Amino acid sequence: MKQLEYNAHSLNDTDNLGRVLASCLPGGTTVALCGTLGSGKTRLVQALAAACGIPEGLALSPTFVLCNEYHGRRTLYHFDAYRLKDEDEFLQLGPEECFASPAITLIEWADRVESCLPDSRLEVQIEVVAETGRRFQLTARGEALERALDEAAKLLGEQCRPLKE
Amino acid sequence: MNVLALETTCDETAAAVVTGDLTVRSSVVASQDKLHERFSGVVPEIAARAHVERILPVIDEALRRANVGLQDIDAVAVANTPGLAGSLLVGLVAAKALCVAVGKPLVAVNHVHAHIYACRMASGKNVFPCVGLVVSGGHSNLYRCEAPYDFRYLGGTIDDAAGEAFDKVAAMLGLPYPGGPAVSRVAQQGSRTAYRFPRSFLNDDSRFDFSFSGLKTAVRYTIAGKGNPELQKCELPDSQVSDIAASFQEAVVDCLVGKALLAARRTGLPTLCVGGGVAANGRLRQRLADETQRAGVELHIAPLHLCTDNAVMGALAVERLKAGLTEDLTLDVFPGLLRS
Repeated sequence: MKQLEYNAHSLNDTDNLGRVLASCLPGGTTVALCGTLGSGKTRLVQALAAACGIPEGLALSPTFVLCNEYHGRRTLYHFDAYRLKDEDEFLQLGPEECFASPAITLIEWADRVESCLPDSRLEVQIEVVAETGRRFQLTARGEALERALDEAAKLLGEQCRPLKE
Repeated sequence: MNVLALETTCDETAAAVVTGDLTVRSSVVASQDKLHERFSGVVPEIAARAHVERILPVIDEALRRANVGLQDIDAVAVANTPGLAGSLLVGLVAAKALCVAVGKPLVAVNHVHAHIYACRMASGKNVFPCVGLVVSGGHSNLYRCEAPYDFRYLGGTIDDAAGEAFDKVAAMLGLPYPGGPAVSRVAQQGSRTAYRFPRSFLNDDSRFDFSFSGLKTAVRYTIAGKGNPELQKCELPDSQVSDIAASFQEAVVDCLVGKALLAARRTGLPTLCVGGGVAANGRLRQRLADETQRAGVELHIAPLHLCTDNAVMGALAVERLKAGLTEDLTLDVFPGLLRS
């Protein structure tokens, strides 16, 4: 497991994290997004989608439709567990097919369906620290993602610092 | 002529039988009907497998109430976009199987367009051409509707749908689910001008888009403060909850009404049709009525029972059928929003 912290002071910084993740994450990555209402989970997915060449206005909050899929330079599956009663309902959406595909699968409110997630995953915990300030805690589980996080750390520069080796 | 329409785009499993002159012979919506015994006593709320369990009993019931048999059906219509892929597939596969079995044509329905068509069903007269506004938990879109089978996307939300914003603000205020009615109820005691929340794009006449994510976050900051991650620990007095709810609701309504009227002005179309679950909101209905009257625009809002998901609005298929727009059995589902 590897952990780092990235301090975003503005939406531009969040966009930068999206770009870095779009370039560093290997195919088949599952990203578990956690953070309170309005912390910017969907916003980070939109940043990542934009970096994959997906036009603005296509990457929308999946809270009601439960799962969106976007096709750009990379394919993204975008789940949202906010409205789900339990993990069984999540499994009924067919996420395992997405985990097994070469796409990036992003799951908002992933803490609600934690036991359904693949062991190898990137966890992103978002904390509100100011009006546009967000602290992103990134946790890579599995060797491939630990290497990807090392790559990401180099690109993110001084706004990020390692937490745990 | 009888058209059997199926609807499985999201949470609801629904079927309706509608005639060629748009008479509704039956309408069944699984969650609203006392059909529990036909579903072994369990009505799961979400996902494709629930649709699988419900689709056949719902179709049976729709045919029974319409007092018709499968042999009396002249076409089968199904909403194949937008929605959850697995859920859409259940409706589509059922519709295709019925078409093969009875040798009748298949008609594709766009679920969001059908929400606007609900206004045609309710008004009992032609409403086209019109501007169409669909506001629900999953969608907030504006269309230029030249004809029932010719909708052009003008704009829509770039992040959260209006209904979703209501639900999440309700959650932040400690109000029950579903959030729309709860926010609307407490807003009646509040001041609409107590807080000045953002109205994204409202002053930008170059686009017909909405953004409610920033509004949701602004409400969060009002409740908890800008850097406070602990929303749950903020106990607000009832009067403040009402003020926030009323001010939030007014911001959403301002955006929806503003852009709908902008679309009417720009397109020069004389009529505005509004559908989807959020169209049940009382303040939105009132403001739409006031401002369309002032602007000389004819307003149709779907009645409450046709605002939420149903198959009656799939009567849009009757128009497509008459226009010769049928599909072959290679028809697929399109989960995403079609921007055309």
